[in-house]
Amino acid sequence: MSVVEFKHTHSAHCESGVMSSMLRHYGLSLSEPMVFGLANALTFAYLPFLKMGGMPLVAYRSMPKSIIKNIQKNLNVKMKLETFSSKEKGEARLDELLAEGKIVGAQTSVYWLPYFPEEMRFHFNAHNLLVFKKDGDSYDVSDPVFEFTQKCDKVSLTKARFVKGAMAPKGLLYYPISVPTEIDLKPLIIKSIKKVSKTMLNTPVPIAGLKGIKYLAKSIRKLEKKDKRYAKLFLGHIVRMQEEIGTGGAGFRYLYASFLQESSLIFDNNEMLVEASEMFLKVGDEFREFALMVAKAVKSKNNIDYEVIAQKLEFISDEEKKVYQKLLELCAKY
Amino acid sequence: MDVNSVPQDDSSTYAKNKKAIYAKDEDGSVKVVKSSGWSAEETVTKQALEELLENEAKAYCEVKKGLKSPLYYYMYSIRMDLQVLSESTSFFKWTIKRDFKPEVFAKISEKRLAIYVEAMGISSERLKVLQERDYECS
Repeated sequence: MSVVEFKHTHSAHCESGVMSSMLRHYGLSLSEPMVFGLANALTFAYLPFLKMGGMPLVAYRSMPKSIIKNIQKNLNVKMKLETFSSKEKGEARLDELLAEGKIVGAQTSVYWLPYFPEEMRFHFNAHNLLVFKKDGDSYDVSDPVFEFTQKCDKVSLTKARFVKGAMAPKGLLYYPISVPTEIDLKPLIIKSIKKVSKTMLNTPVPIAGLKGIKYLAKSIRKLEKKDKRYAKLFLGHIVRMQEEIGTGGAGFRYLYASFLQESSLIFDNNEMLVEASEMFLKVGDEFREFALMVAKAVKSKNNIDYEVIAQKLEFISDEEKKVYQKLLELCAKY
Repeated sequence: MDVNSVPQDDSSTYAKNKKAIYAKDEDGSVKVVKSSGWSAEETVTKQALEELLENEAKAYCEVKKGLKSPLYYYMYSIRMDLQVLSESTSFFKWTIKRDFKPEVFAKISEKRLAIYVEAMGISSERLKVLQERDYECS
């Protein structure tokens, strides 16, 4: 087997970044946005009953591990996912795979990774990274959300892989067993666009899709009656989920715009896709404006105008709706 | 957003790292631009950090006054709360709360202490003694 030098790529999101780098390493060149798009990863969900650190879950992408699983399913890539009953087994297996010359994906906690900036270390257990080399008791790590590769000592990496609790990684390692070198992207692109658009437009439950965005707006209105300190933390929390947690900005909307733009090239400069990409960029800009409004409110000592903030989200939901409708029009032609 | 509007606010929360943001360049392609930070994001990250720090300081003072065991302070010092500590140790919340009592924690079994040590990444010697900090306690 010829040994390919591993190449680190700076990405917006950990899971799509890992999958893109991994597939490219094994012969299938797909950009991060393409991976994200083809995995139907874009979504919105607001689960007020599911709390972490006292704050409800707000998600702009699908469940952790769904990108790995959907790429496997949609692209006919065969992946091997391994979890471990003990740290020792998990450590030994990683070393074994690296010795075989493989690059290996791993799920970890963010908090226990020593190279994370101190102010970004929170207890979030569904982070993804690639390990590509071992050097004594130190691993070379390609963490997609970092500009450069990182070094991580064995003790820390093991700790990060074996944290317990919500979304515990259980030492998860993953790598492809077989990767197609060529795929016909067109039908896959249409299929995934259709899927995401339909889900966002028609989810029957009010907590997900575009309805979920409106539901969140409603909750913001209700903050008027709540303790102001909590209200500010809640608003700040929404924006952290949208901006801070590896999203590439604006809750993955810019990343999806990139997917649509790249797809337009595959469809011979399809104008509808170009337009939809532009629209998504604008939706992203609106989300950023929402974030600015919240940041201002958080800092301000005056009363917060919850109505204006809620209306902004409702406006975003309506604007995003137009893009999905346009995309479905496009899908109907194929 | 176009490539020139990607914020470069040198946020302290990034600690000199850069984040990849997708933005539109002159020829219409939407590609990665490296951002050194964004003030709005920095505001909300710091807001969350301040909340954690406040909890930590409050916990420190309670331990200092002998109302709680050092475990209570160390939990917050590593940005955990009762829920995360409970999940990380598989201990029921009410049993952890008992360990927050100084007299209970003083008699904690080695076995139970070892599980805290493991989950919190803090040695048993350190866990037993409150580390001096310069938090002001009223």
